[in-house]
Formats: sequence, C-alpha cells, structure tokens
Amino acid sequence: MKLSTFTPYTKSFRKAFLIIPFFVVIDVFCEIVQPRLMSIIVDDGILHKDINYILKIGLAMIGLAIVAIVANLCNIYYSAHASVGFATNLRTALFRKIQSFAFADTDYFSSASLTTRLTNDTNMMQQVMMMCLRMLLRAPLMMVFAIIFAVSINKDLSIVMAIALPILALSIFILLRKGLPFFIKMQQAVDRVNSVVQENLLNVRVVKAFVRQDFEKKKFDKVNFDLMDVATKASSIVVLIMPVMQLVMGLSLVAVTWFGGQKVMTGTLALGGLMSFLSYITQILISLMLLSLTFMMISRAIASGDRIEEVLEKQPSLTDTAEGLQNRYAITAGRIAFKQVTFRYNLQSEKPNLDNISFEVKPATTLAIIGGTGSGKSTLVQLIPRLYDVSEGAVLVDAIDVRNYQLQELRSQIAIVLQQNQLFSGTILENLKWGNEQATEEDIYAAARIACADDFIRSFPSGYQTLLGQGGVNVSGGQKQRICIARALLKKPKILIMDDSTSAVDIDTDRKIREGLKNYLQNTTLLIIAQRISSVMHADQILVMEEGRIVGSGSHDVLLQTNTSYQEIYQSQHLQKEEA
Amino acid sequence: MSTSNKSIPVSLPGPGSSRRIKNEKPQQGFKALWRLMRYLSSQRLMLLLILISLLLGTAGTLAGNYLLRPAINNYVLKKDIVGLGHIALVMIGIYIATGIFNMLQYRLTIKVAQKTISNLRNDLFDRMQYLPLQFYDTHQHGDLMSRFTNDMDTVSDALNNSITQLLISSITLLGTLALMLYISPILSIIALIMIPLMLYLAKLIINKSKSFFAANQAALGNANGYVEEMISGQKVVKVFGHENAAIEQFEQLNQVLREKATKAQFYSGMMMPLMANMSTINYALTTIAGGILVITRGFDLGGLTAFLQYARQFGRPVNEISSQYNSLQAALAGAERIFAVIDTAPESETIDPLPMPAPIQGQVTLSHVNFGYVPEKQVLFDIDIDVKPGQKIAFVGETGAGKSTIINLLPRFYPLLSGDILLDKTSIFKLDRNELRKKLSIVFQDTHLFTDTVMENIRYGRLTATDDEVIAAAKLAAADSFIMQLPQGYKTELTNDGANLSQGQRQLINIARATVANTPILILDEATSSIDTRTEIAIQEGIDRLMQDKTSFVIAHRLSTIRNADVICLIEKGRIAEFGSHVELLKQKGKYYRLYMGQFD
Repeated sequence: MKLSTFTPYTKSFRKAFLIIPFFVVIDVFCEIVQPRLMSIIVDDGILHKDINYILKIGLAMIGLAIVAIVANLCNIYYSAHASVGFATNLRTALFRKIQSFAFADTDYFSSASLTTRLTNDTNMMQQVMMMCLRMLLRAPLMMVFAIIFAVSINKDLSIVMAIALPILALSIFILLRKGLPFFIKMQQAVDRVNSVVQENLLNVRVVKAFVRQDFEKKKFDKVNFDLMDVATKASSIVVLIMPVMQLVMGLSLVAVTWFGGQKVMTGTLALGGLMSFLSYITQILISLMLLSLTFMMISRAIASGDRIEEVLEKQPSLTDTAEGLQNRYAITAGRIAFKQVTFRYNLQSEKPNLDNISFEVKPATTLAIIGGTGSGKSTLVQLIPRLYDVSEGAVLVDAIDVRNYQLQELRSQIAIVLQQNQLFSGTILENLKWGNEQATEEDIYAAARIACADDFIRSFPSGYQTLLGQGGVNVSGGQKQRICIARALLKKPKILIMDDSTSAVDIDTDRKIREGLKNYLQNTTLLIIAQRISSVMHADQILVMEEGRIVGSGSHDVLLQTNTSYQEIYQSQHLQKEEA
Repeated sequence: MSTSNKSIPVSLPGPGSSRRIKNEKPQQGFKALWRLMRYLSSQRLMLLLILISLLLGTAGTLAGNYLLRPAINNYVLKKDIVGLGHIALVMIGIYIATGIFNMLQYRLTIKVAQKTISNLRNDLFDRMQYLPLQFYDTHQHGDLMSRFTNDMDTVSDALNNSITQLLISSITLLGTLALMLYISPILSIIALIMIPLMLYLAKLIINKSKSFFAANQAALGNANGYVEEMISGQKVVKVFGHENAAIEQFEQLNQVLREKATKAQFYSGMMMPLMANMSTINYALTTIAGGILVITRGFDLGGLTAFLQYARQFGRPVNEISSQYNSLQAALAGAERIFAVIDTAPESETIDPLPMPAPIQGQVTLSHVNFGYVPEKQVLFDIDIDVKPGQKIAFVGETGAGKSTIINLLPRFYPLLSGDILLDKTSIFKLDRNELRKKLSIVFQDTHLFTDTVMENIRYGRLTATDDEVIAAAKLAAADSFIMQLPQGYKTELTNDGANLSQGQRQLINIARATVANTPILILDEATSSIDTRTEIAIQEGIDRLMQDKTSFVIAHRLSTIRNADVICLIEKGRIAEFGSHVELLKQKGKYYRLYMGQFD
C-alpha cells in the first residue's frame, strides 16, 4: 500500500490534519501534568500545611481537565470529519472508477469482491483513520511527556522504566507476530463456514429432496470445528497481552516502591515525587499498549488499503478513443458489418471465442443468429455496442469502426436486451425510464404493449408503480424479460439486439412480441438470438454458429436446403410435428 | 497507577464487526441471556475455574494496589527497610499469582466462548436443515446469512469479552468502593459526588450516539445496497449508458451517509475521553479534599496515596460497565435473532409412519389437491391426477400457471390446503418424510452446485455410488464429453456455484446427479431449458432410458421434449385445463394444439 495513493482523498481535510496535532498536544499536556501537580500538593501543600496552596493547585488541576475536555471534543470533531470525509471521498472515487470499468476489468475482480472493497474495506479505512488521528500522535506523545516528567523526578528510578519498557514492547511484539498469522487463517476459516451456509441456502431444495441433511451437517461440523480451533488458537495468543502487561506493570510498581521507598527514607526523593512517579510509569505502559493496538489495527487496514489501491490503480481496459472524442460521428442508418473479426476473452487462450467472423446487415432488416450453447452468439453481439473490443478485425456501424464513435453515442443508438438481464430496485415505471428519461406515459404504455407487458403490469394492484426488489424478485422470469424488452424499446434505437430474451416467455407471447416489433420499429435494424427455429425463420438473414465460427448464412429456405447444421437444429425441433 | 482491567479489545474484531448495529435492544434480554447461560452450562467445570480465577485475579489486582498503603505508611515513612523488603516480596508474589490467574481466566474464557459459539452455530445450521420451505420462501438469504455472520460475531464478542469484563468491572467497582470506604468514608463521599453526574452524562451520550448509529446504519445499508445493485447490474448500466446517472445517485447517498456517519463517529468517539477527563476532575477534587483532611484531621499520607489511586481508577470500571452493557445488549439482540431461527418449528414429523410400500410400484395419485403457499392465496385448484406405475406425465402451461408448484408438492415440501397425494395408494403424509424423499429424484429449475469436484457433485445423488457409476450416469446425461474437457476432468473443483460452467452444463450435471440416484420416481422441472436443441436430442435418448420403468414427471417449455409422454396435462391458472395424450390433445384442437403449432408457425 502506497500512502500517496490515498493522500488525494484527504486533500479537503488538510486543515483538520494540521489542527488536530495542536489539540492533541494540549490534551496530552493537560493530562500529563496532573500527577505532577498532585505531587506538588502532597509535597508542598500538605507537608507545609498550606491549604490555600492546595486549593490553588487543585483548581489548576480542574481547570486543566476542563481545557482537556475542550481540546478532546475539538479533536474528535475534526477527526470524525476528516476520517468520515476521507472514507466518503474514497467511496466516490472507487464508485467512479468501477463505473469506468469494462467487463473484463469487473470480471478480473469479480463483482462481489468489488462490492466488499467499496463497502467493508472503505469502512475499515475510516475506522483506522479515526484511530490514527486520535492515537498515533497521542500515545507516543504521552509516552515522551511521561518519560520526561519521570526522569525529571528522579533519574535513578527511571532505570526501572528502561528495563520494563523494552520487555513489554518485546513481549507484545512477539505475541502479535505469533498471533497475526492465525488471524489470517481464521479469516479463511470464516469464509469456508460462510460458503457452506450460503450453498445450503441456495440448495435447500436439493438437500431436502435428496435427504442429505446428515451429510451437510457433517460437512458443516468440519468447517465449524476448524473455525473454532483456529479462532481459539489465535485469541489465546493475543489475549495474553493483557495479563503480561499487568504483570510487567505490577512488577514495575513494586520495583519503584522498593527503590523509591529507600530514596524517600534517605530523603533524596519526596513522597509526592514517588507517588507521581508511580502514576507516570503506569501512564507509559498504557500508552505503549494503546500504540501496539493501533499498529495492530493498521496492519489489518493495510490489507484493506491494498485491496482498494488495486482497484484505484486499475486502468479501464476499454475507453473512448482519441479518434472517437475528436470526430463526433452519429449513427444514422444502422448498417452493421463485421470484417474478419476474431475475439478472445482471455488473450492467452489458444482457441479464439470468435474466429474470423465476417458478415453484413443492411439497415432496417432483421438478422437472426442460431447455434448451440457456447457457440459464441452472445459474444458476437456484445462487440457491437463495444461491451468488449475485438482482438483482430473490425466491427463497423454505418461504415465507421465502432471504436471511432464516442461510447455514449454508440450505446445510446444501440439497445440490447441481455440474456442475463436485470431490473433495479424501484418502481416498474422507473425501471422502464432507464430506456428514456424523457419518455411520456403514452410512449411507455406503447412500449409495454409491444413487449406484451402492459396487461400483466396493470394486473398488479399498483400497476406501473409496483415496486421491484433487488433484481426484480417479485416478478416471474417471463415477466422480467418482457419488462426488459419494453425498457430497450423505449430507447427507440437504430439497432436493437435481443439475446435469447424471450426464453422464459411462452411461445404464443413470443410470437406476439415479434410481430409487434416489426411494426413498432420499422427503421431499426434487428438482431435476434434464439434457440427456437420458429423465432428465427422469418428473419431476412440467419447466421448459424458453431464453436465461434459462422457455418451457414442465408434465409430460412436456403439454409434448410443447403446447411446441415441448420437442418439438424430444424429436425431436432420439427421432427415431432411431422409425426403429429 | 492502575492495574485494573482496562477496556482494551484484546481479540481482533470479527469480519462483520464493522457493520455491527449498535442500537439494538433485545426484546426479552433476560430470556436470551438465560439461554446463552444454558449453552455455557455444559461446561460447568470450566465455568467454575473461570469464576475462581476471575475472582482471584481481580482480588489480586485490588490487593496489590492496596498494599501500597502499608508500604508507605508502615515502612517508608517509618524508615523500615526490612519491612519494605518483605512487603515488596509479598507484592511480587501477589502480582505473579494475579498474572497467572488472569492468563488462566482469559484462556479458559476463550476456550469456553469459542466452544459455545461453535455449538450455537451447529445448532443453527442443524435447525436450518429441517426448516420447512415456507421459511426459506419468506426469509431472504441475506437475512439468514447475517445471522450466521453478524449476529454470531456480536454474541461471540460478548462471550469472549463482555460477560467477563462486566463481572471483573463490577467486582473491581465494589472492591474499590469497599476499600475507599475502609480508608476514609468522608473522602469516599467526595469522590462519589461526581459519579451520578458521570453516569447521567454517559447515558446522554450513549442515547445520542445510539440514534445516530441507527441513522448511520440505515444510510450505510442504502449506499451498500445501491453499490451492490449497480455493480452486479453493470452490463445493463453500460448498455443504457447510465454510468453518470449512477454516479450522481451514488454521490447523493454517499453524502447522506457522510452526514450520519460524522455525527455517529463524533458522539461515540467522545464518550471515552470525556469520561476520562471527568474522572480527572474527580481526582483533583479528591486530592484537594484529601490534602485538607490530612492537614486538619491528621489523615495518613499512605492512606491518601492509596485512596487517590482508587479515585483515579474509579471512573474506569464505571465507564467499562456502561460500554460493555451496551455490547451485551447488542449481543442479546443478536442471540434472540439466532434463537428465533432455532425455535422455528421444523418440518413436522410423521407420527407412527406407515411402512413404505415395498417394492415401490410407482403409482402416484393427486386426489382433489387444493394448495396455496399462504392459505389466503390459493394457487392450485382441485388437481386430480392418477399416474400409473412407469408412466411419464408432462405438465405444460404458461409461466406462473402452477406447474412447478405441483411438482414441489410431491416430496412433501409443503402441506396441502385439502386433498391428498398418494404413493401406491398410501398417503405420502402418512409415510416417513425422508423415506419418501429417498424414492424421488428431482432436477430443479434453478441449478446450483456445491463447492466440490464434479465427481462429488454428481455423487450427491447417491453417496454410495462408485466412480464408475458416476461416470456412467454422466455419459447417460451427455455430460461426460464436456466434463472430460475440463482441466482436471471429473476431479475439477467447482467453485463459486459452478461459475466456470455454462447454465446448460450445470443442468447436465444436475441430470447426471438424478441419474445416479436411480430412484423409482423421477421429476424434471425445466431440466433442459438452457440446453440447445441438438444436445437435448443427444440426452433425450439417455433420459428416455432413465425413465424406463420409472414413474416420471416432466415440465418443459419445449413441447418436443414432452411429446412422447403418456399423459400431458395442460395447467392454466392453477387448474387442469386439458388432459390426455399428445395425439388426443392435438385432436381436441384446443389450447395445447395452438401452443404446439405455434412453435413452428
């Protein structure tokens, strides 16, 4: 973790960072002189029986304590602002960065991991920042002051400190060093327990149906035992810090009492001096303790910092090109051409996911793509709005390379209904408006009617105002697909791509949607990916794909005559009808 | 000069601790506490040891400090070096013994706490295995997961720290108070004047910070939810060019979070230092009063020394008790949520189950079945079907018509509103539930896999199956060829719910799993929906072979898959609309006919 990665996000709090040490110094000073003042009361006030003097010094003690309260409150005020503000800036930066990511970048991190980095890891940074602002300066300062005061009381007695301090520091260091690896193992054990639980939640029907409760319990028993084991080991080590500290502290007190007592007897040390010395030695050891805790927090936060840094430093792999920013080309017709396109998701993989693809689609015509699972149909269409960039060759829209458009122009003119589609929390209306913020109610109803969604949306008690949960949980798969189609239609795109987007819709409805589309989008180029022959047979042109290659292209009738793959697909779906 | 147990979190916070909700109150805290205690009670001996070492450790700490008084009064001031030596040795002995007792106490506490948490986790998991499906239908996964993570963490913290710290602090407080009163009742009164004020202030701050933490938590939840949605929906965001709108919206949520978080941090942050400073004021007041007492009433200096130490550290246990009390409350609220799941009634056991008909013929009869997931909303109406042994019955109909629901009734996942389901003329509700389920194998619509090898995922169908049997099943399900292309073949580890496989491939593994189970009754719910038609033809033959001599239930959208069923049942809005063989239904020229012809229009 480089600190320089994070300093920009503290910029707006420079003032806080400058002012906080000031308050810390005041606070520490106020607190550290208290035992000294107490010893003055004992040695000068009590022994000289001077009540006025006692009152004077006593009030000074109270005054200093009140000053300390004010300083503390100011410190916390600024610390809270700075650390929360820092986390806020960090979150915004991360969110912006993630929005600029291409899918390859998101896949690289995995979306679950990006979410934790933006939430838990940022929170960790906030906590540690708060702790650092409050402790990182305070604890050492306290120690330094306490040492100075202690030495000023009696140099010889300070030898006790000189022995106790390194012993304590060393034992804390050893214990932490031994304990931390266990905490890393503990984290992994926690992950394993969570993953078994998660899987059981997902698979609850499977477990029940196959009566595998005992099997799952055994599985859980094992990971649960491992967690208990490693958690016990980890805590048992770190927990020793407390008693060790108490022991060192107790023994130091005894040593000071023994040596200091002798000095008091011989008159080389005042009684009050001995008493305040005892206070300072306690103070020093407690500060050391707090410092070690801060370092423990920091070492944990470094892991979080690394994870955040990794995201911030990742360059988005797909951005507007210089050419695209310069020429503000607009899409007017919707002509598509693939020129010897080869594509690999993973640049190292030997076999390309798309291999030397060339074809052309005229404006306002329909192209259908059919082919087996994993043949590359979805991959192919995702190259058009530049969700991915080609590895070789070029994709042209209206005879201009898609890389030479501004991304915004390109994507605003191309609508794509994805295979794994998603709706967002909010009302159905809000979701539809993703397609076009300015759409009128009439536009929206019209699009919903074309997508055969209007009827079922109106059947909900709140109609278009029906709230959808995350991922649209309260509508069925087929209903979700139809809402997604309506949403895409509202864009009134030049090019509309439908990637197997009616798979959960029954055949009757599927046909109705297709027929509606023809009338609604007369000037739109349509690309349809489907499994059913019935969904593709009316297209102007059909591409048959197999293992990343085009193995046939033409109209339904032509393909049926000439293309064996198409014939096979047709046979597989049509055979039974003939018999019937 | 304090050697009391200061509030320093000795164990690192758990993974969910940053999200801990700090504002919760248990509904019936005492009941939850009592139950936690019952969990602990299985380790009585350990608890006794902990209690003894805790008492001795705390007493030792107090005694060590107290001995400063005689050390100064009786020896230092009387210049008795031998006596000072003796008392120093006694103090060393006490501190070492205290150290040992404290170590023992900490270690044993952790052992007991971890063991208890592990038992609690086990009980929660065990119960989850037997909860009825309605429970899962009505509870979000995230909610249940958080009981396993966040709630367990807070309970674990309480067991590791809060309970013992509360005991230690209370004992320390009482001990200190007793010693203070013993040394000087008058000074004690002065020292205690501030305590009610401090407590009142602490209460004020805690209440304030609680309400701000609640607001903070809510804002955090909103922001996190938004982030999760926008990241997992990234494709849609890109496709609609919604990036800037998303950033804008996020910044708004982030600002709200910032305001709430700043307040929460400020109020929770000021608690400790404020209490410490108040305690200092108290200390100063006591010093003044003590000094005057020494001068006017001849109070001894050693007594003052010891008293001042107690006065100085008196605020700490008070502070500690109030903050530990808070975490204990959060823990009890968490424990209540955990117990709520553990207390949920499991799937009802069949009392005196009838013997399973043997051998199973496989006749399945649905007799006038009425059903609703909730009684108020009936979804199946008078379903009356008799499936003869070895027959294949197919269900067709629109999404949401109730096809999957019918199939989910067969393994007794849900109770009926009325009617009955019979297996070989015996009501399935009178059979042992597990015995019944062992006679069925089901391929579900949503195909999830376990983190394990492909081999083990298939073997899940029948744990005793040999590797050869697993491979034979995979071949039958046409899964063998793609499995062999995986990096380690059948030994390939599937992670993250089989993320490295396509939906179609996962379905094939699920079919293989049902194949290996080899039960008399087979149920396929949209088992081939993501498999392309040619692969489907390839596995069709396998499935046909699998279905021989088995009673089978099939749901499919593609009518080609169900064409050869003995009986086809068209479901519409929870009722049987058409019923008969493929040929019969086509002849009827009803809905089925239109549906079927629609595929090839």
